[in-house]
Amino acid sequence: MALLKMKFSQQRRVRLAQGLWLLSWLAVMCGAFIFCLGVYLKIELLRRDEVMENTEIHVVPNLLMMVGLASIGANWVASRVCQDSLDASRFPRWKVLLLGWFAVAMLLCCLLLAVVVLSYALQGSLEESLKVGLRNGIRFYKDTDVPGRCFQKETIDRLQMEFRCCGNNNFKDWFEVQWVSNRYLDFTSQEVKDRIRSNVDGRYLLDGVPFSCCNPASPRPCLQNQLTDSRSHYNYEYQSEELNLYSRGCRQALTDYYMGLMNSTGPGVLSIILIQLSVLLSMRYLQTAVEGAMALESPEGESEGYILEKDVKATYADVKAKALDLLKFAQVDPTSEAAGAEEGEKAAEATEKAATPPPAS
Amino acid sequence: MPFLSLKFNLQKRVKLAQGLWMLYWLAVIVGIILFSLGIFFKVELRKRSEIMDNNESHLVPNLLILVGLLSCGLNAFGGKLCHDSLDPQKFSRMKPMLRPYMLLCCGFNALLLLLLLLCFLMQFAVYLTLAEGLKNAIRFYKDTDTPGRCFMKRTLDMTQIEFRCCGNNNFRDWFEVQWISSRYLDMSNDVVKDRVLSNVEGKYLMDSVPFSCCNPGSPRPCIQHHLTNNSAHYDYDHRTEELNIWSRGCRQAVFSYYSGIMNSIGTFILNSYFEVAGDVAGLKYLSTALETMADPENPECESEGWLLEKGFKETLADLLSKVKTFGRANQVEEGGASPDVAAT
Repeated sequence: MALLKMKFSQQRRVRLAQGLWLLSWLAVMCGAFIFCLGVYLKIELLRRDEVMENTEIHVVPNLLMMVGLASIGANWVASRVCQDSLDASRFPRWKVLLLGWFAVAMLLCCLLLAVVVLSYALQGSLEESLKVGLRNGIRFYKDTDVPGRCFQKETIDRLQMEFRCCGNNNFKDWFEVQWVSNRYLDFTSQEVKDRIRSNVDGRYLLDGVPFSCCNPASPRPCLQNQLTDSRSHYNYEYQSEELNLYSRGCRQALTDYYMGLMNSTGPGVLSIILIQLSVLLSMRYLQTAVEGAMALESPEGESEGYILEKDVKATYADVKAKALDLLKFAQVDPTSEAAGAEEGEKAAEATEKAATPPPAS
Repeated sequence: MPFLSLKFNLQKRVKLAQGLWMLYWLAVIVGIILFSLGIFFKVELRKRSEIMDNNESHLVPNLLILVGLLSCGLNAFGGKLCHDSLDPQKFSRMKPMLRPYMLLCCGFNALLLLLLLLCFLMQFAVYLTLAEGLKNAIRFYKDTDTPGRCFMKRTLDMTQIEFRCCGNNNFRDWFEVQWISSRYLDMSNDVVKDRVLSNVEGKYLMDSVPFSCCNPGSPRPCIQHHLTNNSAHYDYDHRTEELNIWSRGCRQAVFSYYSGIMNSIGTFILNSYFEVAGDVAGLKYLSTALETMADPENPECESEGWLLEKGFKETLADLLSKVKTFGRANQVEEGGASPDVAAT
């Protein structure tokens, strides 16, 4: 009892081949789209490479690029098979390849599904990577004279301005590091000396933030220094001031940005999985229908197309038996050798017996 | 003696018709691109209309949109003409429309030239509007509580950050206006009172700039206040300090952005002008080649195609004489009237 059997007349076979040819070219376009999506995501991740500590999240765009390329190749092969399917002389050469093609197409669907799952699962890893990267960025903000770190300041400033964020978790992260380089501190000044002596590490800490934390939407010109002291500015209340600086932390801002990017591509990827699956199923129907037609006496007649030759349980039992056979073939079996020797002796006796009667008659 | 005449056999005519059909559809795509360029330019002008006093002229983008739509229509019709030209029946139906269509195309080309000229000339208007608009924007920077101007601060800050510029001509423009609202000034403070009394109009002026003038590429944290006072900051000399704040003025920065857009649009219009001119010439060749077939029943016969029926000078002379006879027609009527009067 075949699984999901359908009857195919010659006309239906032709229609199926034509429809599948169009569908496989659509799938090629989808593969190209997936590849471009992977490239775009990779470029976006590489742009902010400096504030990310590890590259675990890069597995998503890498997979997308690989799957895109493989999908273009596989679906192009499918379109060639469709072109040859209605020609009885050219179709048989694709027979062996088709088995491999089905395996590749299934693998592509599974990989695409894995990409969608990974893009959600790796959010934690992305946050960790950003936490460490941003912490280092803020620590090295002042080191504009150290080779290898001289662009940290510009990177962090541009990041805060572009993503409208301040600090790692919030703006208070800037209170805990010295972000003004010692080259610009007047060590003879009493104020500087007091601040340096006020903490164990001898750092110049202040309750101020860099200019890139300023929010342009604030109605008042930006207050950067002495933020915790409500008396240092006229008409300023530290607890209730909301618009002066950006309130979001950069880790949150960047995570939201990348998650938004990956989530918005989720529906597109899922629909491409559906397209690939429909190409796979239609190809199976076409293969079985055309092979059935070739086996008939009149090639123009009706044939049957199915997904599996027997139903699921029987196919599973078949596959299991084949696998066990393959395993048995690898084992050396002493009992079968002795049985083979006995059989050989019996055959020799039989030929002798066959040889002797004729002289009697 | 026809001007620039060429001989055509059947194969050449077919090739000409096919090539011309493709060119016309290419011209339709060019028309679509012109339309979208017009929309893009209009959106860009609208985005920054606040720093141009909402006074900017939308003539160029509106014309671009119109020209784009016209181009699509005209060239699609031209493509249809080419498609039908090799079928004698359809061609004989289309023949009366050919001459007005070609005149329309020539008029369209003239419109393209006008648009090209406008693209380059309107840049002056944009420059002047920007200068005036930025001056007002800096003046109204502090008025975040005045309805109608409450977003000026944000707009100007975002402009300075995006275009990496400060002030109108340079950062000193900020020294001449009060850019801190009086709501945030402690009028009982002596320093504030001194500054307010130091000038005739009672404005709180300082040698400081807003944070959006800061250059992130500077190696030191941004110095915004007391810019001209070297002793206010450690290791600071305002004459040699280059990287601290942006040195370019916003008028220059925004103008070069718009000027770049308008120059590229102008170059594209020039290309499309040549393309449309080529299309009209090709159509003229095709129509004359089809009309001068010696034996209309035999499609294989040879024919001649040209751009102008007589030579260039003769055509010009013809045109002039036509214009003169048109003028003389009125005079003849007057002369005709007097013999009638004399007869009676």
